[in-house]
Amino acid sequence: MKKIFDRLVRSQVWRSIFRHGLPESNRTRAEAIFFNFFFHLHPTKVRKRSIKFTYTWGLGGISFGLFIVLVITGALLMLYYRPSVPQAYGDMKDLQFVVSSGQFLRNMHRWAAHAMVAIVFLHMLRVFYTGSYRPPKEFNWVIGVILFVTTILLSYTGYLLPWDQLSFWGISVGTNMIRAMPFGIGEMISFLLLGGNIVGENALVRFYVLHCFIIPVAAILLMAIHFWRIRKDGGV
Amino acid sequence: MDKDFKVEITSDVKKVTKRIAFIKDRDAARVKKVDEDMVMTFPNLVIREIIAFQVMVIVLVLISLFVDAPLEWIANPEHTPNPAKAPWYFLGLQELLHYFPPVVGGVLLPSLAVIALIVIPYFKINLKKDGLWKELPRQTLTGFLIFVGTVSLVLLLFRVYAMLVPTIIVSTFMLIPYFSKRNNIFIEWLGSRPLSWWIMTWFVIIAVVLTTIGTLFRGPEWSWTWPWQRIY
Repeated sequence: MKKIFDRLVRSQVWRSIFRHGLPESNRTRAEAIFFNFFFHLHPTKVRKRSIKFTYTWGLGGISFGLFIVLVITGALLMLYYRPSVPQAYGDMKDLQFVVSSGQFLRNMHRWAAHAMVAIVFLHMLRVFYTGSYRPPKEFNWVIGVILFVTTILLSYTGYLLPWDQLSFWGISVGTNMIRAMPFGIGEMISFLLLGGNIVGENALVRFYVLHCFIIPVAAILLMAIHFWRIRKDGGV
Repeated sequence: MDKDFKVEITSDVKKVTKRIAFIKDRDAARVKKVDEDMVMTFPNLVIREIIAFQVMVIVLVLISLFVDAPLEWIANPEHTPNPAKAPWYFLGLQELLHYFPPVVGGVLLPSLAVIALIVIPYFKINLKKDGLWKELPRQTLTGFLIFVGTVSLVLLLFRVYAMLVPTIIVSTFMLIPYFSKRNNIFIEWLGSRPLSWWIMTWFVIIAVVLTTIGTLFRGPEWSWTWPWQRIY
């Protein structure tokens, strides 16, 4: 068995994919990090202190993990959802009663979304209380705050999509808050967001596009910069 | 001091292709000793990331198996629920709207909060690691009392007890190390907290209190309702 495994690892196909042997020495362990697309953002060595669980509580990583779960479940939910009135609500009912595991899929998406808002906030607190916003990381803190706002916007735009009483009035209350902005700016932003003066079909389509495309793309870009800067500033 | 080595400086690679530096024992050019323990990223960090991700997914799956996402009746613009609530993370804001005029509660205060968060690293006061009372304790006390007094007065005027009570509690803790004659670990710890720590803690407590009240303690007409009195 071991022989077969060894031959497999040494085979040309395996080496063409991984380019290094099993991580048995520090050299190959380092190679496992910097020859790997997904890991190359990490340094090959990290400070023992900075990967201590009680230092970071893994909150930033868990936020990113939740985002991945949300992208996967969200993409699956898109297969069963039409952003129009009244089909949107009907599709929710279909997810509940017709689609296999539809309810489970929606539950995962919903709870992951709520969790992400909370965890990102906690991550921000951790960064503050460990003083990790200090130079040279000050701009990364700014990006982090923008990412927190982006997370809330992602959650908020998704809130309308089920088109039930909860979402309709939740969004109505929220956009009324925006309307309180002075000099007619609030009215303008609210009109732009809703595609009208009330929460209607236009608003549903706009929130759908914002939720499934525009804000996620912005969030991914910001996250890429956020992670890259952590590394450049000497972090993990 | 006599030099016991010869230095030749040139940048012309055609003339000098190899350079040798003789370094005496006393200033050996060994790399400054790394003062912190380093470990290999693989497997130390990678395994932690994987475990954290898996635990997160397991918890999420368990919750999703047993707790269903809410779905009410189809949206009906004619029928306003009482109270109409925003998602939970906006209920602190909605609670503010209950006390202040919309421009203050819905626009001014939240914008100020976000701007204040963004500019944190650019102000010296947030980079200081010294305790609040370490430098100029007298002047600090005067400024502190003026600020807290003004804020408390405004909060009292608008009857925002949900913000007033945390403000008073936090200020009391801030004052303990200034006035306390006894000294124990807790008071010492309080005394070592810098100003930025206190401001953030105050902000977080208020945000949590307001959000909790808005989520659990508000019923019809935004009146005070205990969680167990919930009719809907």
